[in-house]
Amino acid sequence: MMTQLLSQLLPILVLLPLLVFLTSLIPSEKKENWLSGIAFTGIALQAMFLLAFLIIWIIQGAKPLIIEEINLYRSNDYAFLVDLYFDWNAAIFLFTGTFITLLIVRYSAYYMHLEPGYKRFFNTLLFFNLGFTLTVLSGNFETLFIGWEFLGISSFLLVAFYRERYLPVRNAVRVFSVYRIGDIGILLAMWASHHLWHENITFFKLNHYELVHHQLSEHSLIGLGISFCLLVAAAAKSAQWPFSSWLPRAMEGPTPSSAIFYGSLSVHFGVFLLLRTFPFWEHQILARWVIGGIGVISAISGFAISNVQTTIKTRIAYASVAQIGIMFVEVALGLNALALFHFMGNAFLRSYQLLVSPSVVSYMIRDQLYHYQEKPAQVLPEWRKKLDATLYTLSVQEWGLEHFLNRIVFSPLKKLGHQLDFLTKRNVLLYFIPAYAAACVLYIFRASLWTEVREVLPEIFAGIGLLMVLKAFSERQSPRLSWMLVLMNHGWVALAVSFNEEFDWHHTLFYLSGFVPAGLIGYWLLHQLLEKERSFFNLNGYYGHAREYPQLAFLFLLCSLGLMGFPITYSFVGEDLLFSHIHSRQFVLAFFASSSFVLGGIALVRVYARLFLGPNIKKNHETALKSS
Amino acid sequence: MHHKEHHSIEDMLVHIRHYLPSQAPLKDFIHHNTLHGFQALPFHEAMKRANQVFGYKTYLSLEEYRLLYQKGKIKPALLKKVLHQQPATSSQEFLDKMLHEPATQVFEGRIGLLYDHWKTDYHLNLSKEVHPLLFRWVAAYLDQGIAQKELPVKGTDFLNTIRMMDQYSSLSIFKSKRARQLLKDESFGLEQALELVVGDASYWEQYLFDMAFQHPGWSGMVAVLEDNPGHLLKPRPISLQHFLLFELLLEIDALDRKFGTVWKPLCQGMVSPPPPLFPDVWVETPFHWLQYWQEAYEWSFYEEVLNGLNAEVKSIASVREPEFQAVFCIDDRECSLRRHLEQEVPNCQTFGTAGFFNVAFYFLPEHGKFFTKVCPAPMTPLHLVREKEAKVRHKKDTHYSRHSHGLLGGWLISQTMGFVSALKLMKGIFYPSESPASVSSFRHMDAHGHLVVETPAVGHKINGLQVGFTVSEMADRVEGLLKSIGLTTEFAPLVYLVGHGASSTNNTYYAGYDCGACSGRAGSVNARVAATMANHAGVRKILESRGISIPETTLFVAGLHDTTRDDIQFFDFQSWGESHQKLHQVYLAKFKSALDKNAMERSRRFLLASSEGGEEEVHERVRKRAFSLFEPRPEWNHATNALCLVGRRSWNRHLFLDRRAFLNSYDPYQDPEGIYLAGILKAVAPVCGGINLEYYFSRVDNARLGAGSKLPHNVVGLFGVANGMDGDLRPGLPAQMVNIHDPLRLLVIVDQHPQVVFHVLEQDPATKSWFLQNWIHLMVQDPDSHALYRYEQGVFKHYELQEQPLNEYPELRQLVANGSDNQPIYIMRP
Repeated sequence: MMTQLLSQLLPILVLLPLLVFLTSLIPSEKKENWLSGIAFTGIALQAMFLLAFLIIWIIQGAKPLIIEEINLYRSNDYAFLVDLYFDWNAAIFLFTGTFITLLIVRYSAYYMHLEPGYKRFFNTLLFFNLGFTLTVLSGNFETLFIGWEFLGISSFLLVAFYRERYLPVRNAVRVFSVYRIGDIGILLAMWASHHLWHENITFFKLNHYELVHHQLSEHSLIGLGISFCLLVAAAAKSAQWPFSSWLPRAMEGPTPSSAIFYGSLSVHFGVFLLLRTFPFWEHQILARWVIGGIGVISAISGFAISNVQTTIKTRIAYASVAQIGIMFVEVALGLNALALFHFMGNAFLRSYQLLVSPSVVSYMIRDQLYHYQEKPAQVLPEWRKKLDATLYTLSVQEWGLEHFLNRIVFSPLKKLGHQLDFLTKRNVLLYFIPAYAAACVLYIFRASLWTEVREVLPEIFAGIGLLMVLKAFSERQSPRLSWMLVLMNHGWVALAVSFNEEFDWHHTLFYLSGFVPAGLIGYWLLHQLLEKERSFFNLNGYYGHAREYPQLAFLFLLCSLGLMGFPITYSFVGEDLLFSHIHSRQFVLAFFASSSFVLGGIALVRVYARLFLGPNIKKNHETALKSS
Repeated sequence: MHHKEHHSIEDMLVHIRHYLPSQAPLKDFIHHNTLHGFQALPFHEAMKRANQVFGYKTYLSLEEYRLLYQKGKIKPALLKKVLHQQPATSSQEFLDKMLHEPATQVFEGRIGLLYDHWKTDYHLNLSKEVHPLLFRWVAAYLDQGIAQKELPVKGTDFLNTIRMMDQYSSLSIFKSKRARQLLKDESFGLEQALELVVGDASYWEQYLFDMAFQHPGWSGMVAVLEDNPGHLLKPRPISLQHFLLFELLLEIDALDRKFGTVWKPLCQGMVSPPPPLFPDVWVETPFHWLQYWQEAYEWSFYEEVLNGLNAEVKSIASVREPEFQAVFCIDDRECSLRRHLEQEVPNCQTFGTAGFFNVAFYFLPEHGKFFTKVCPAPMTPLHLVREKEAKVRHKKDTHYSRHSHGLLGGWLISQTMGFVSALKLMKGIFYPSESPASVSSFRHMDAHGHLVVETPAVGHKINGLQVGFTVSEMADRVEGLLKSIGLTTEFAPLVYLVGHGASSTNNTYYAGYDCGACSGRAGSVNARVAATMANHAGVRKILESRGISIPETTLFVAGLHDTTRDDIQFFDFQSWGESHQKLHQVYLAKFKSALDKNAMERSRRFLLASSEGGEEEVHERVRKRAFSLFEPRPEWNHATNALCLVGRRSWNRHLFLDRRAFLNSYDPYQDPEGIYLAGILKAVAPVCGGINLEYYFSRVDNARLGAGSKLPHNVVGLFGVANGMDGDLRPGLPAQMVNIHDPLRLLVIVDQHPQVVFHVLEQDPATKSWFLQNWIHLMVQDPDSHALYRYEQGVFKHYELQEQPLNEYPELRQLVANGSDNQPIYIMRP
């Protein structure tokens, strides 16, 4: 009885942060007290509610709670379901998160006083809180992905909080890119699990050993593939090897935001994902070895790199990477309770260390004044000198991780994109319309095509779409070309997937109706900007137009989110819908579709950042140096 | 050819370092003129050039000035007065242009134009390739204790360290072969590197400038450390030359990676070469008339002050037979405390002087491993004062421990201490109190320790410093102190010498909040040493013979005022007689009450600390700021400073100066030759002028000349701050220190005859230059005729003051209710 009541109360834990976030949009920038007041009261309410909830839940025996099937969209053979799930993992993460958020909100109310962007800061923080809660409470992959995306975008916005400086903006795009790469993993895992179980699998059901085991024994390769995808997502989010180098670069925002995001909460989401999906891969020995292995490598490299860092925040960041690596190992060993405990301790410790990081100067100088001891010179053997120097140099270069990621991921993608350099804003339609018309003709007459051709066409079309996105991603000149290419990609993907099913206008229309309006409005906004700033309108640098056109910048950001299928518009549901139509044997198609989805997002954020963020090009006011 | 003359590389480096920021490491933070490189020029000419060469914003923006005009902070009459000084600007059209013409400024210097050719001609983002590695290696070398591991190569200079690292490491610092070869080659110097990278020798200097000013923070730090290696506790010999050579090597590496070993130097056959950095003929900038706005802004305020000084009837009579005397630091933060103290005890006398109390020495705390200099930065003391029988004033804290970053240590600590952190954080946020993250001025010295002031044996030296002072040395210092402030007769039973310091938490700029005259330390040791000297029987005997007769009943008492908490501590009272102790109890209560009022007055500037409630309640709130982790503005430090008054207190005691004035005591009648005035001005110009100009520039161009917002700052190597991971060091003041600062140049007003001051300046060209070139305004008021004179073009000219009535000081409650804006000058009621 009581458990049922608790289940019914569960949505409040999500609705409350949503309400607080929406309320915080109302007051104007000048009303500091209102903004911080709303944030603090809201989070305090949330904390009290959570506490009461937790106590009752524990008294009731701490049984997992599930809320199933809040239906967002349903058609005859498809449904988008929001599921919530509450167990010990969720309880610990939510408790730690709410507690730290409460403290940070209180801290920031004073700390951020008089800072331009006070409102932006609190809005983003509360949006993060919403994403955090949703992710933690999610009961299936779809719901988790919504929260996951919220975390990504709020992260981008907080790293780029000082949007009038160059480095924060560049690093924000960087962080966002790595996050998105990890998202490919989640999307593919989502797709594959659809086909493994022929439904939106809930995390709760994953706990049924027989169910999981039965499926996996039949499809062991798919199972392994899903585990691998999950691991990529988890490693990217938790800055594990080989993604570690984004974490110190994310420390560009005000100290409390770095503390909450990269010190404590956001960075532990990889661990959360692993804990959440543990029942799924616990019987795959290989997966456990790989996860543990990634953990070990991250712990060792993180530790070595941390040792030579000469700035306090990067030192804490890499130390945290190392601890999270150990958590990966703990989870791989099946020591989930220990990992949870470790997470809590690490989150508290690192957020505290970051928050007091400015005081390290006075503390250490005082410490040296009283306790300094000259280290006696050691005579080391030659090999030891060589080893020390090599390890030091390697660690100063962050084990080449930044370089590695560029070389194996971003540079090849750019190179591929440059293959389409013959496309320009003027001629792109000349290529697109005939090609797309031809593709449509093929679609109409698909029944009369050879089976072999029909099988391969979707993949070709999705491949064309992906190429367009890559071009959008590497385009250096025209923002509008970039924009159009991403929009066109959706057309190709829709067409590709349509081959699979019986002719269903509904689904394709539904899918496109999410993207096209965002695409058209965004294009119009770009045109507006071009009219005003003809000489500062390309992708070759950062122009910082947000200073002069803040509203335009904001609207464009919303359109970009719409066009990238971000879960604030229903285009996201369309995206998921489309994925459900990709057959289980069409791995290539799924890979192309998810890659273009993810890279399209990066391309759009890049357009937004280059046009609207960074130091304002006109230099009509004091601007910081590029290097600062 | 680009330049007419060829310089040697050494000359070029001298020229560059002249313009680089010269901020010392954080622990030795001392205010200085940010644009010291231009200081030989008249102020406005310097502003013009700094703007043209480096693109700095050197005035407020036009909109800001116009807004100040609308608000009445710039007075129309003064604007006219400024414009009417020259025919060219006195027309109505000119005024209209200043007031209404729409105009858009552009801040773009010539610096960096040559370097930009990498991007335009070579399509290479060179700084992106070079800076992160450059910054990381130099930080690794200079690091004072952030990193767990020190560089494996020790004990040699920067370039050699890099060389040996590269030699020992199986993994090169560079990614291409040639750079590695060149690093090995000791004959490969700056010239060879420039030959390779830049080519045409006439561009070398400009290229070096561009390179150094791509990251002025790091270049400046290297230059400072080259000149003053003693700023680092762990010695790290480094030179700008080596630093720039390493950068050039990294550039060669980046170019080789992109183009192979065959590429042409930047300046060989360059299309559209950039203009030289320093033009031969300086043209007027389109916005040169901002200087008239600035002058009008300054004189709108100055004239109020002059009117105050000129007020015919001084409402407060001078004090006879004072109850007690209190000597404070010249610091602008003591200005209001003195006023409140005088209101509490109308029959007391207060004085101001540089807060090292004329005793310069190094301080060696008990258990300390290093000497601490406690006197103005330019002085080099010859004495050492040791502390004995004191407790260690430092507690270890696990959160800063190296182990928390280790693998196993981190694993253990995060699962144990991690939960303690949560509680600590909660406590720190909801109940701020003193913690290891905070700095307290009271910890500078143990109040119960013992200081060795008198030398135990003449010739007893440690590291070339004499331990303690001889009696005659002590007498000289006390005599100097007393005569310069004019306290030579009518000694009260208690003479307080009050040094000052500050407390803050989570503050990288903590040294900048302490006493500038004590090299960024609290003034407690100096006050205590000076008081000990003045109480010394032998010293008094010598002083007697020099005409200063201090009665036996007079006791000098040392104290420390914490300007953030508004708390005070007095030292050595166990050694006083009973009568003095009793008397002191009475005054202590007065001090406390004055401090409560002072805190109340300060609270009006703290928007988030309510001024509601009783004085003690408000004081408690103000006190908490010092311990609050989340408080980026524990106090406002020197913000709003604009004045320096050198003269008798009776000359200005009737004025409410809103904590904007440095007050130095000086009696013109006791110093007819200007001997003591010379000493005072010599300190006032660089110290107060330096503070004032640093605030000025950090306020008008916080992005380039200030440190930007301090909220994202990341501590580098314990000596500097940067943004993010790979940012340049940020010298200057953060936005949080200058939010409320009105950028006005300092006006020094001296209570003396103009011919005496003129004579003093002629003797000291360095000091004179500050005033002559108008980096500081100077005026005098004749103590007899009360006529005002302004120092212009090297002579004192009679100053015509536009009279304006001033209001009477409202009571404290009303003042606080007036809000956080700057208040006008008020006349204090008797």
